[in-house]
Amino acid sequence: MIHRIAVAVVLALVIQPAGAQDKPAAVKKGAKPPAAAPAEPKDAATLEFEKFRTQMEQEGNPAELHEMRGEELWKAKRGAKGISLAASCDLGLGVGVVKGAYVQMPRYFADAGKVMDAERRIVWCMVEKQGFKFDDLAKRPFASGDYTPEQTALVTYVAAQSTNMKIAVPLKDPHVKEVYEIGKEVVTYRAGPYDFSCNTCHGEDGKRIRMQNLPNLSTPQGALTAVLGWPGYRMTGSVMLTHQWRMNDCFRQQRFPQPKYASDTVTALLTYMTANANGHMYKGLGIKR
Amino acid sequence: MASYPIRIRALLKGDVTSITAIVSHPMETGIRKDDAGKTIPAHYIQLLTVEVNGKKVMESQLNTAVSTNPVFNFKIKGAKVGDKVVVSWVDNTGEKGSGETTIIPG
Repeated sequence: MIHRIAVAVVLALVIQPAGAQDKPAAVKKGAKPPAAAPAEPKDAATLEFEKFRTQMEQEGNPAELHEMRGEELWKAKRGAKGISLAASCDLGLGVGVVKGAYVQMPRYFADAGKVMDAERRIVWCMVEKQGFKFDDLAKRPFASGDYTPEQTALVTYVAAQSTNMKIAVPLKDPHVKEVYEIGKEVVTYRAGPYDFSCNTCHGEDGKRIRMQNLPNLSTPQGALTAVLGWPGYRMTGSVMLTHQWRMNDCFRQQRFPQPKYASDTVTALLTYMTANANGHMYKGLGIKR
Repeated sequence: MASYPIRIRALLKGDVTSITAIVSHPMETGIRKDDAGKTIPAHYIQLLTVEVNGKKVMESQLNTAVSTNPVFNFKIKGAKVGDKVVVSWVDNTGEKGSGETTIIPG
């Protein structure tokens, strides 16, 4: 998998200088300071969305229903091997330790020989420890209609146990740093019929698609905006969605082929943006319109 | 039948207890159609009841205007920390659900 990314990176470097991207046709008024993102003036709609989100997150988030189910799944003996995740799955802080684990991922797992994000690690545990088949879990990995996959409920439970904790992706680990750098290259890679890269939408401050503000993933504040709210309950459709889902949907919006579920590329992207938000507070389960 | 969880939080601040109940329920209106064009049958909560220490404090007649997985919040007076709060519902198919919690300081 790393070799494919390396080839993709080489191709990206050959086709286009690394880091370059088209500037919008309109000239930006004034130069943006390069370091910390300046506080952006917010329009009335943005303020209302934020007010709604805060209110719903505090008063009652239907995501908690999925958290409850996730807790049951975590503790239940399941799979061909008839063992619980609580008794067998190490999310980085010890077998069965859930508190604080979500904000310290993606991280390197020696038993898997890979850097993994939360959803990928949970799926790995379900396969390796409980005896589920990856292809079964990857068949329909995201929620839609009445269906919520088990790994979504598990990610929701695990993430909720990191509420109000500081994001702390272990960048000092050379494995994690390597994957971070891959993610940093992947966001510049342009492809698909629109020649979009992640940076096309998420590489600058002040961008928006219709009513959706687009966070700048390269800045701490933008990265935090991107990370907060996942996993999150989307009221349109009443579905619980994870950060892995969001990456899949970005690929769809760029008219890219679907990324393989829980792939190295997705982990690299999640490592890049989550680590950029290091030191900031993860507020727990999100809610979206 | 699948069990429908309810998450209830009952927080006492001063003399007012704020009760939040997140109820899991599809709340199907009965006027939607599936991809095959068949009408999805109505399936929604008709009666929601709240009891504190066995005494009914609120009864609500719901209809199809209420969303899927609804979140309810209401405030009551005269309760104290440790009181038992039970939220229960009956839907149009006769299915029932309930959950409980105790009041804690908010």
